[in-house]
Amino acid sequence: MQNNSVEKKVLIEGSLLITESMARAGADSFIGYPITPANLLYLYGSRRMPLMLPAPDEITTLQWMSGLAATGRIPVTATSFPGFALMVESINMAFMMELPMVIVLVQRLGPATGTATCGSQGDISLLRGMISGGHQLPVLCTSSFEDCWSLPARAVSLAAELRTPVVLLTSKEEVMTQKSFDMSLLEEITPVKLKSYEGEETYRPYMVKEGELSPPFLPVANGKWQVRLNASTHDTNGILQHSNEEAMANTRRLDAKAREKLKDYTYYQLDEQEGARTIVVSYGITALAARDVVYSMREKGKKVSLLVVKTILPVPAVYADIMANYHKVIVAEENINAQLVDLIYGVQRPENVVPVGSIGKMITPGEILKEEDCL
Amino acid sequence: MNGILKTTALPYCKGCGHDLIAKKSAAALEKLQFTPLDVVVVTDIGCHGIIDKCLNTHTVHGLHGRSVALGAGITFGLDNPEKKVLVFIGDGGSTIGLQHIMEAARLNLNMTVVVHNNMLYGMTGGQTSGLTPQGFCTTTSADGNPFSGYDICELTSTAGASYSARIMGVGDITPSLAEAFAVKGFSLVEIMEICPSYGVKLNPRRKLSEIVESSGRKIGVWRNEKKSFIMQQGKKKNDLLASVEEVKNDFPATLEKDISLVISGSAGEGVQSAATLLARAAMRSGCHVTQKGSYPVTVGVGFSTAEVNLSPAPINFHGIDVPDVAVVTSGDGLTHSKKRIEGMKKGVLFIDESLDTPETGAEVVRHDFRSVGARSASLYALLFFANHTGLIDYEAIFRTIQESGLKEKVPVEKLREKLLQ
Repeated sequence: MQNNSVEKKVLIEGSLLITESMARAGADSFIGYPITPANLLYLYGSRRMPLMLPAPDEITTLQWMSGLAATGRIPVTATSFPGFALMVESINMAFMMELPMVIVLVQRLGPATGTATCGSQGDISLLRGMISGGHQLPVLCTSSFEDCWSLPARAVSLAAELRTPVVLLTSKEEVMTQKSFDMSLLEEITPVKLKSYEGEETYRPYMVKEGELSPPFLPVANGKWQVRLNASTHDTNGILQHSNEEAMANTRRLDAKAREKLKDYTYYQLDEQEGARTIVVSYGITALAARDVVYSMREKGKKVSLLVVKTILPVPAVYADIMANYHKVIVAEENINAQLVDLIYGVQRPENVVPVGSIGKMITPGEILKEEDCL
Repeated sequence: MNGILKTTALPYCKGCGHDLIAKKSAAALEKLQFTPLDVVVVTDIGCHGIIDKCLNTHTVHGLHGRSVALGAGITFGLDNPEKKVLVFIGDGGSTIGLQHIMEAARLNLNMTVVVHNNMLYGMTGGQTSGLTPQGFCTTTSADGNPFSGYDICELTSTAGASYSARIMGVGDITPSLAEAFAVKGFSLVEIMEICPSYGVKLNPRRKLSEIVESSGRKIGVWRNEKKSFIMQQGKKKNDLLASVEEVKNDFPATLEKDISLVISGSAGEGVQSAATLLARAAMRSGCHVTQKGSYPVTVGVGFSTAEVNLSPAPINFHGIDVPDVAVVTSGDGLTHSKKRIEGMKKGVLFIDESLDTPETGAEVVRHDFRSVGARSASLYALLFFANHTGLIDYEAIFRTIQESGLKEKVPVEKLREKLLQ
């Protein structure tokens, strides 16, 4: 971050930064349904977004968002697992129709209704498997207030560039905690524009130019070209097909676009210490504790590196490459089933990769790393 | 063909009413002089939904039951009465998506829903739907549906739709459809049909008119004199950050090391606002701070706890397991924080003198915090903490109260007097 002006200290929650960031990036509609701990985002969204609609449930939320996106808007919402679960089929629809939108998922303790006012990091396995067919949505995860400014804007621009729903992952402890923060550190955000079709040949809604993976956009009800959007298997015209070659190529393209463009949105913080043989890996709210313990170990003369991952899905291969350079890899996340480790290694977790987990309370710095862990 | 329909050879079973509905809907739109690109047809899942490829309009083919909500989203986005959003849905989709229909009717959105009610789920094998009339035989109710079906027109009318109509799916239904399509506001037309593949075979010798009549459903129109939804948004902020109050560093630094503080009291006694005042006052003295609350879901009753971290350096981890300072102002607060206080091996506990002191390794300071009144007890306790420890200048708290516009709500002079006694 660059210091743009004189210091301006404020006491704010991550929710406010997230909302303003998305609005400046071009998100123009907030569709809300109340759920703890995402309610501050709804409140701020209602004050800031040019259009706010109160939906009667989370299925409607996603359907209204999809309809708005079909007309050229970039809608956002915020929810937590119980609401997100209701949205899943409709997110699949938006993925298949290629509609840009951002869903802010504020994690709380599950399963089911769990504990509404307790933070957690239990949803990334769900996010990995939520699209039928195993396709992936981009998932970015904030791990600091600075991220609460930069990543929501990137989620919006990514949604527009790739024509896809994007999930911004956060946690109760980030969006509901007030923190002193210097606003002069915030960088400018440039609004995004959807790439429109400007050709003179008949518009085919799912036809991409050679070498590209996302089709140009036209809103429904435009007076020049017919637009067809389809949640069922379809060809480049948007016409329903069973499984012909053109339709399967379209579905393969959907699978490829998030993965093949991953290098454009791979975000992580790598703080390597020369000579370190141990690395702490974390994300989201637990990254705060990870940073603290790494810095305090270094003050004690111990050598340890830090990797905070911010692009969660698709999983960038570079994470495993970095981790392979260390004799001991400690992965800290607020769940009890090592979901990030699972995403990176599947069933072949190397023996030197040690998960540190917790439920019901934040992982403390001391739980992540002991002096004897710094080899 | 350059009209609404691309072809008259539609992909429906012989004798299916969907063919009639598609052709007459196209005729009605043309009668109202809509061009194909003025129209967005949103289709649901079901046999009716395979019409898309036969249309020259914009087409959106969504999920089962959700087409009305999807069409509502498009209606919000267009916000243009010159465009027509037309949703085709079946009786099955209307069952699973009933809430979406009710919502669009309640808001009286400018769109039309055409319910193809052939009284069963045709695409999946002829099962009973929520709109199947009582006694009608389906593959899953061979002896006749034991339940009565929804009257979708009564429901939408009650919800507030401008126009709801039920018609028989026979003959030239163009005028009825045109009447519905011309409505400004929400209109729904339920068209009664009988599925030739399942309905006819499972209900031999029954006529459509007799089935509809015996179900008690009226053929007719329901109207509400109600204006169509108009998009209205209240005052918006064009920058949320602009209105965030800056906290100036105008007091000398007093804090040399990290302090974690937990204050527990009762809901409605100003615990959270007192914690925020402390946090802001600490910022005035150059501190980095975090503050968060914890309380039951019923926010107006029971305990209210706030956690505050104060530090001369930037704060990453803000969780507090065992605090350096605990402040307890009520019985609710004590019950909630007792275990934490018992875990304190050092630090200071400030506790109202009306309460029993739990076993703790912390230094205990007992004081009558509630003597200033319940609503100010938390603030007084934090002022007392600041004065007692010297970690934060209590004048910074008073200045923050003054500048936060709380001066009228807080008995400042009383608090100052008590504090300096």
